Amino acid sequence: MKVTIDGITVDVEPGTSILNAARQIGGDIVPPAMCYYSKLEGSGGKCRTCLVKVSKGSEKDPRPMPKLVASCRTTVMDGMEVQNITSPEVIEARKGVVEMLLINHPLDCPVCDQAGECHLQDLGYEHGAAKTRYEFDRRTFEKIDIGDKIQLHMTRCILCYRCVFTADQITNTRLHGILNRGDHSEISTYIQKAVDNDFSGNVIDVCPVGALTDKTFRFKNRVWFTKPVEAHRDCDKCCGKVTLWYKGEDVIRVTGRKDVYGEVEEFICNTCRFDKKKTADWTIEGPRKVSHKSVISANHYETMKPLPVVKTNPLLQEANKEQFERETRL
Amino acid sequence: MLRVENTEQAPVEFSAALIAKFDDIKSRYPEGKQKSALLPVLHLVQAEYGWVSAPAMDKVAEYLDILPIEVYEVATFYTMYFMRPQGKYVLEVCRTGPCCLVGAEKIMDYIEQQLGVKEGEVTADGLFSWRGVECLAACGFGPVLQIGPEYTFYENLTTQSVDTLIADLKAKANN
Amino acid sequence: MGRKLLLQHINAPGINTLDGYRQTGGYAAVEKALKTLSPDDVVEEVKKSGLRGRGGAGFPTGMKWSFLAKPEGVPRYLVCNADESEPGTFKDRYLMTKIPHLLIEGMIVASYALGANTSYIYVRGEMMPQIRILEKAIAEAKNAGFLGKNILGTGYDLELYVQPGGGAYICGEETALLESLEGKRGNPRIKPPFPAIAGLYGCPTVVNNVESIAAVVPIINEGGDEYAKIGIGRSTGTKLISASGNINKPGVYEIELGVPVEEFIYSDEYCGGIANGKRLKAVVAGGSSVPILPANLILKTINNESRLMSYESLSDGGFATGSMMGSGGFIVFDEDQCIVRNTWNFARFYHHESCGQCSPCREGTGWMEKVLHRLEYGHGKMSDMDLLVDVSKKIEGNTICPLGDAAAWPVASAIRHFRDEFEWHVTNAAEATTRNYGLANYADPLPKVEKTEA
Repeated sequence: MKVTIDGITVDVEPGTSILNAARQIGGDIVPPAMCYYSKLEGSGGKCRTCLVKVSKGSEKDPRPMPKLVASCRTTVMDGMEVQNITSPEVIEARKGVVEMLLINHPLDCPVCDQAGECHLQDLGYEHGAAKTRYEFDRRTFEKIDIGDKIQLHMTRCILCYRCVFTADQITNTRLHGILNRGDHSEISTYIQKAVDNDFSGNVIDVCPVGALTDKTFRFKNRVWFTKPVEAHRDCDKCCGKVTLWYKGEDVIRVTGRKDVYGEVEEFICNTCRFDKKKTADWTIEGPRKVSHKSVISANHYETMKPLPVVKTNPLLQEANKEQFERETRL
Repeated sequence: MLRVENTEQAPVEFSAALIAKFDDIKSRYPEGKQKSALLPVLHLVQAEYGWVSAPAMDKVAEYLDILPIEVYEVATFYTMYFMRPQGKYVLEVCRTGPCCLVGAEKIMDYIEQQLGVKEGEVTADGLFSWRGVECLAACGFGPVLQIGPEYTFYENLTTQSVDTLIADLKAKANN
Repeated sequence: MGRKLLLQHINAPGINTLDGYRQTGGYAAVEKALKTLSPDDVVEEVKKSGLRGRGGAGFPTGMKWSFLAKPEGVPRYLVCNADESEPGTFKDRYLMTKIPHLLIEGMIVASYALGANTSYIYVRGEMMPQIRILEKAIAEAKNAGFLGKNILGTGYDLELYVQPGGGAYICGEETALLESLEGKRGNPRIKPPFPAIAGLYGCPTVVNNVESIAAVVPIINEGGDEYAKIGIGRSTGTKLISASGNINKPGVYEIELGVPVEEFIYSDEYCGGIANGKRLKAVVAGGSSVPILPANLILKTINNESRLMSYESLSDGGFATGSMMGSGGFIVFDEDQCIVRNTWNFARFYHHESCGQCSPCREGTGWMEKVLHRLEYGHGKMSDMDLLVDVSKKIEGNTICPLGDAAAWPVASAIRHFRDEFEWHVTNAAEATTRNYGLANYADPLPKVEKTEA
């Protein structure tokens, strides 16, 4: 099937969504997605950031669609023509959605562990207005403790439901869910209950914002001062393929390996994520490829070759020293 | 999260009569779709206990063979289920536009004044609470209020009819 | 006096019982359909009748039925939407209370037409009395052989159940209703797939409003062609109008579509004029979500023609000068009513009822409510009106389900037509908390429009 997005035509399998067709093309024409997650069935359609304009329905029925559609949940038809960044209407609507997502989102990026890898931060930067028009108190929630592994900041949540789908589809039981309704909806367990089972840590990786973060990594370091390295181990529960995040010579965080759209390639178990924080636990594959646009590349990470994590490596020591000096100077 | 720690959460055991009613409801749906019974079953639980406690929800989950969180999600979404104890009679007054055109706001003020409690609170004798609710689909007969668990409607309310209603309910409770 | 098809026998003694209903010719449509018509014939009659969905959207019922997928070996469902929650609408409650067998008869005929063997009537939970009435009526019908196995010896089986909701306006949206019927939160589904392909339990499903189902009975009794003769243009048949607000005779009226709005408001057959000798200020013609119109625009279209109670005439002029038929919730405002306060009240309603699933509606409805609240309570700013219009635009059309539109339209239309009153709430903030703006020029004759060549 042929579909044209912002003037670029691509051939895709029947049943492909507009968003995934756009991802096959890649680049700037890919709509942003805050709630859709290709590995989670039923996800998508909720955040409305991926809205696009279908200017031609299909070869057979060329009528345009009357409203903007969620590209993540709309299947392509042969001959369909879609406008994303070439449509002012889409840009305007997306700006509106970003504004809606931000009016109640706390501006605590300086102390948020997600900062630097937060999709809402990126989206706000690209589409948000410099000033808010919202003059009321931001929504707050009572704090709830969901255990010693995962930190929940409900005020940051954008209700993408990804963590709910993850618990349903990846873990063996779901302990948390969305309670209440409307703008009072929140991720919660009815009575404070630890969300803890073999794969529960994956809710951290799927969260597009800082609502669910790794408690063991909390306030340890800004993500752009860490050094991501691909590694694996023999794990009897999961694929064992992870990204290790180093601060100096310490592994301070373990996550799944994320692709360019922020989705993990494969889900990992809690043992790999929380209990294996020594270099010796892992076989190091090499430095993680980091986009030059990412804040993570700001630490001159690519100068540290060969592998920066081998203790005796003088280059690494030198790099760490440099970094230390830079930090203390700042 | 709903704070429930300060509320007594007595263990719940459903009576055989109640279970029989549940069974009847469950039989209305195809095999394996027993979750459909959740809303009607919660209504029955509330009619029995006056509200829906966490242990009751856990029991419902067990009965329907679903996860407890699935029950919490549903019970907190719908406005009819009380997540904390209420007065014996909950006066639910419609507060939406058409009723307000014919004086619903005055009726709510009057009820607040007569009962001496704010919206959502319970009177000292445990008999009454009241709250404003959204449109009850009785706009032509407003102002209206309803009282569960039978959800009897009281239409074309006036301060006099509210007085009578409260007096009647008090008399009923004391008999 | 217009023809009555649904409420003709509403005052007959015992009409709420099976016997009383049968004495007025009840269940003739079941006999006729099951014994003399094929399911496709029934669908054809409904198509011919031109019946349009009475729940609000006005989509042709026969066409909706013909879209139902019919894969082999998969059950099909008919679900009646009795979640009547749109402010200003109370016709379904009235119908179910007074004449429950009409709905049940319609359900049997419609289920037969669609090939459904299990059907549900989803009634909003607050209507427990109506649920009890329906359950009693179903038991009566079953005893008389109109429900259950082998109905009237025709070999057709049907079980009919009543399902209560739990208190959520959003469950009137058909996919949210199906979610709720499956025992879940009332979050509307993302479409496609539409219920006709994958509805209840993933099976092909039709969801119809109470009044639409009830209308099937006279359509089968008299024939689709006869039904289509009533009404005007594409607005065929009769419609139940729920009349409320500041009128002498609030209540449910069955009208032949095409009655002039002016006649509906002022004639003794219907609303009987504005209560307490006041003057008409505004009307919300189709339930709270449709645009509000000032007195002059509800009585006359922009071309100075008499506005009629029909789908087409009520929407004449688009949203600039028209409104919608909606669910027929006709709310009348007299000169003492404050449009700002009412708009805030409606905005609060939609804020309260938003399911919270998609961001524009979840966040936008609350935002609009807060701004309107400050306007109503004397803390508004001149820029608030533009802000409200802008926020409403950012919600409208960008949400999963029509609740976003329903929340946006009343706000946008109130500012469109009553901007003076909103501005007065800013410039005369203190005064606005003690008295109302009054009628102003909202009932003045419309200026002559100059014909502009398109």
